[in-house]
Amino acid sequence: MPDIVQMTGIRKDFTGVRALDGVDFTLKAGEIHAVMGENGAGKSTLIKVLTGVHAPDAGRILLDGRPVRFHSPAGAQAAGISTVYQEVNLTDNLSVAENLFAGREPRLGPFINFRAMRRKAKALLDDIGIDLNVAAPLSSYSIAMQQLVAISRAVDIKAKVLILDEPTSSLDRDEVAVLLGVMRRLAAEGVAMVFISHFLDQVYEIADRMTVLRNGRLIGSWDTADLGENALIGHMLGREAAELEQIERVAAAHHVEDETPLAEAKGLGRKGSIAPFDLAIRRGEVVGLAGLLGSGRTETARLLAGADRADAGTLEFDGKRLTGHNPRTAAARGIAFCPENRKTEGLVGDLTVGENMILAMQAARGWARSVPPARRERLVAEFIAKLGIRPADPDMPVKNLSGGNQQKVLLARWLLIEPRLLILDEPTRGIDVGAKADIQRLVAELSAEGMSVLFVSAELDEVTRLSDRIAVLRDRELIDVLETESERTHERIVDTIVARGGHE
Amino acid sequence: MSTVQLTERPARSTLFDGLSRYLPISVTVALLVALYLGGVANYPNFGNSQVVAKLFIDNAPLLVIAVGMTFVILSGGIDLSVGSVMAFSTMACAWLTVDAGIAAPVALVLVLAFGTGWGLFIGAVIHRFEVQPFIATLVGLFLFRGLTLQISDTDVSMREIGFFQWGMTHVDFGNVREGGFWLPYLSFVAIAVVIIAFAVLHYTRFGRSVYAVGGSESSALLMGLAVARTKIGVYAVSGFCAALAGVLAAFATKSANPLANVGAELDAIAAVVIGGTLLTGGAGFVLGTLAGVLVWGLLNTLIAFQGNLSSWWARIAMGVLLLAFILLQRVLARSGEKRRA
Ligand SMILES: Nc1ncnc2c1ncn2[C@@H]1O[C@H](COP(=O)(O)OP(=O)(O)OP(=O)(O)O)[C@@H](O)[C@H]1O
Ligand SMILES: [Mg+2]
Repeated sequence: MPDIVQMTGIRKDFTGVRALDGVDFTLKAGEIHAVMGENGAGKSTLIKVLTGVHAPDAGRILLDGRPVRFHSPAGAQAAGISTVYQEVNLTDNLSVAENLFAGREPRLGPFINFRAMRRKAKALLDDIGIDLNVAAPLSSYSIAMQQLVAISRAVDIKAKVLILDEPTSSLDRDEVAVLLGVMRRLAAEGVAMVFISHFLDQVYEIADRMTVLRNGRLIGSWDTADLGENALIGHMLGREAAELEQIERVAAAHHVEDETPLAEAKGLGRKGSIAPFDLAIRRGEVVGLAGLLGSGRTETARLLAGADRADAGTLEFDGKRLTGHNPRTAAARGIAFCPENRKTEGLVGDLTVGENMILAMQAARGWARSVPPARRERLVAEFIAKLGIRPADPDMPVKNLSGGNQQKVLLARWLLIEPRLLILDEPTRGIDVGAKADIQRLVAELSAEGMSVLFVSAELDEVTRLSDRIAVLRDRELIDVLETESERTHERIVDTIVARGGHE
Repeated sequence: MSTVQLTERPARSTLFDGLSRYLPISVTVALLVALYLGGVANYPNFGNSQVVAKLFIDNAPLLVIAVGMTFVILSGGIDLSVGSVMAFSTMACAWLTVDAGIAAPVALVLVLAFGTGWGLFIGAVIHRFEVQPFIATLVGLFLFRGLTLQISDTDVSMREIGFFQWGMTHVDFGNVREGGFWLPYLSFVAIAVVIIAFAVLHYTRFGRSVYAVGGSESSALLMGLAVARTKIGVYAVSGFCAALAGVLAAFATKSANPLANVGAELDAIAAVVIGGTLLTGGAGFVLGTLAGVLVWGLLNTLIAFQGNLSSWWARIAMGVLLLAFILLQRVLARSGEKRRA
């Protein structure tokens, strides 16, 4: 098959970091090509160099055999390369339909034909299988839906090259299935695709070939069939996959002894977001929340964290009933909440890694008592090492970190304050296999030391592996709590969800 | 093709999300009506239709620069040069016609082209060199005031030039003595500017990309929108509007005052904000700006009718309103964040 994209000897330097170092990359017509690598390996940078966001410092790019250099994503789009970047790249003040068609709206003369645009938007989303109100502002939908909208937009541009940089990071099983279906259809039509994901099962399911990067260098390209999972992980991490297995077993062997609940919700609920529910979290226990997208996982976590105000029921913490529960009082009591949407709720892009990490701790101490610099440096260094944040530079502005490393910084912020109840909403989203295992092990260790954890994840494997109990949600209702070891299986969760809801 | 249907209607009706965008402008309109009814109740003759018409005469130049400012603010920028560019344009009209003897229509085209060109230039500087719009346009504020004073430090009259009679030529609606009113051509120009701006902002790609860039410039860039063209474009629009406002002022007064319109940029910004446009960009309406300008005009009218208050009271009231609206915007933004979460 002919090569559509050929990149040779690509080098890209950022201040102090060589993000890409002599990378070659070839994309053939009609293939789905996975780019693999740890957080910070340079995957997104490679995409951005190809699509004109960054200018390469060295190297050549050929498109259909002709040398090209784009100066903006608009140029790449015009040449037939359509991209969904890792950061959801939509504007949430505009409507869903406008986001889908921004820059290529159907027009009557010079004027946008809004009716036609809404109709086309509806048709496009129907085709993919999403049901949204296309006239509503994008901001009224969750990150997952926004991600699907971004994908729909990119697909509809009808390019010959489609690039998807971690498109599935906040999607659920069904949505991923839909996306993979769309990708197969496009591949059959001859569209070449680049797919980046930290979910190995998805990669193995869809990709024809893989290119592995490590620390900005090319490790190699393989046909998927010729590269086993362990070998792939080995190439990505430069360490053996067996090491990871060990970590998982550490997490599994863990018991809760103390029976008194640390936090107990009784009839806690909020109209329109989650029906009243009872849930107790004991000391040193990891409670998982499982359920499909929109089932109320995040809403439940937010109520417990005080990020949303409950309009029904009570919440007791440490035996005392909480009144006026809000993020500040929660932090003061030792409840830490690591939210799902790191872009808008978490990090301050212009502050450094160290400053971002110390924020919550500083807030908990009050602004008058600053954390002593020596202690601060020690803690920051400790967590950079524990979570494997790269580059391991506490003075780097956080916005210059790769997506996965930003996620780790956010996590470190909450671990740092040594909370009594840690609420994690999708903590491992967009994090590479190695780091994911590190984080899971850390959670297991912390709970063994007596910290209670509420763990929200779309990945059922992760929930079942870590949790002592699993609360299952469906349609904004807590429908069951799986208590015993034998119940806490992937299949059982799916069965519970399906059984309660009838079929779709 | 797919069998699964992924549905996610937002937890709460999106109606509120949609409508909350209209809340600030509704408040402004309500305020406008209240001020007007208050005037009618307290002062005889306030109910004359010419009182309303006069708003569109006295405030025509302000309306035009505020419309240009709306584009800039929606895109997330600010333009502090409009007051000076406006005064410069009026002075340039006088200088070109009276001193240089150039035919008035030619002079007018030159002035408008110059204003647009200035906007293009400063927009390009802001975009290419990533200069803060505040700083870059501050340059214009000083530069053009200086140039204006350099041309003449005293008033220049344009009464001799017949062409400048055109602006105040008026059209009567009904019998002016019996409840009718009249409007001069220059008011029609200002109203046309509002209508065109409305159409451009809401119904063209350029207009929508102004909102997109104001919402998130980096997203707009990654979406493949023409960010450079949009950002430079809004300053060109603003420059054109400032020059046009200068021309309207020339029509209205038939003289050029080198110290006219000091602080006009701030009046325009205030009108835009009171009209419900977010200073951070991405949300607002040009019709809101019209309402904002009319509030300013009505405040001045009320003070004139009262007769014993100094005209500074209009500024004081405007300051208070501005504060109220900025707080309102913050409250709305916060409740929006909460709802979304
Ligand atoms: N704008 C920037 N300024 C400075 N450094 C940057 C910038 N963007 C990326 N980097 C650095 O380049 C390296 C590669 O980052 P990149 O985003 O390509 O990683 P990635 O492979 O996509 O990782 P992830 O899986 O976490 O998304 C990282 O070390 C990152 O810190
Ligand atoms: Mg990345």
